[in-house]
Amino acid sequence: MKSSVITFPGSNCDRDMDVALKKYGFKNKMVWHADAELPKSDLVVLPGGFSYGDYLRCGSMASKSKIMQSVINFANSGGMVMGICNGFQILVETGLVPGVLLRNKYLEFICKNVFVKINDKKNKYFKNVDNEVLEFHIAHNEGNYFCTNDQLKEIEDNNQIAINYCDENGKIEDQFNPNGSLKNIAGIFNKEKNVLGMMPHPERMIDTSLSGEDGSLFFKNLINNLK
Amino acid sequence: MKISVIITLKKDVLDPQGKVIHQTLDGMGFQDINEVRQGKYFEIDTKETDNDKAKAKVEEMCKKLLANLVIENYKIIDPK
Repeated sequence: MKSSVITFPGSNCDRDMDVALKKYGFKNKMVWHADAELPKSDLVVLPGGFSYGDYLRCGSMASKSKIMQSVINFANSGGMVMGICNGFQILVETGLVPGVLLRNKYLEFICKNVFVKINDKKNKYFKNVDNEVLEFHIAHNEGNYFCTNDQLKEIEDNNQIAINYCDENGKIEDQFNPNGSLKNIAGIFNKEKNVLGMMPHPERMIDTSLSGEDGSLFFKNLINNLK
Repeated sequence: MKISVIITLKKDVLDPQGKVIHQTLDGMGFQDINEVRQGKYFEIDTKETDNDKAKAKVEEMCKKLLANLVIENYKIIDPK
């Protein structure tokens, strides 16, 4: 399975993602934002970081990068595109997934482990994951998911919510919402579910000597689903 | 020609920074404020000399980059 990780000026989780993808069997290539063409890929990842210094709005500049037109075309033809953290912010700015990510409700940068509940498994990202709840890491200042009422209705009707913030038992409540996200939304799909944007970083949970291994479950499962 | 653009958050969108500024102003003694909303201001100096054409271009810029229409409104201020 071939993957590509796009590096924008200011990306800083691109190499972590490279390590994670390779550890679970992907042949990964790093792709520079100013390139025009994507290498042949089964999965494209927009990594976390602070592309373009978060100028204007997080992800807004990166969403207009040269490579992004190829990424958008790839996604629109059914290709798997995953945006993590800043990558999620870039995805919403391209319009590939609905909504926006606002400043965290209590104005603080949040860096901690959280639990997320998988809302939908009828997709290549979470199909066959045994767990209902995963422990991931978040580190962001603008992760407060917001969309219009019309968009929310469409998202819910199409079952596009991927994961919600919850407690370790999978209880989705306000008190387990770290950043004020609408409906505790931590990740969302496009309508066809080939594009996934999520704030948590699975690539930070791939080793027991780091903060956990639920990211390993995610990546092992992902490559099997793509085969 | 210089054209100015003001971008504001739509009224239903939470503005935590505006809220904190409100509270701080309140603490400083400015106690008759109903609400503070924070926005962005741009000055675009364009080579275009035709007023209407320049405004139309800036409107396109607003829609494509300067504003995110899910949460923001834009207002183009007439060039002098």
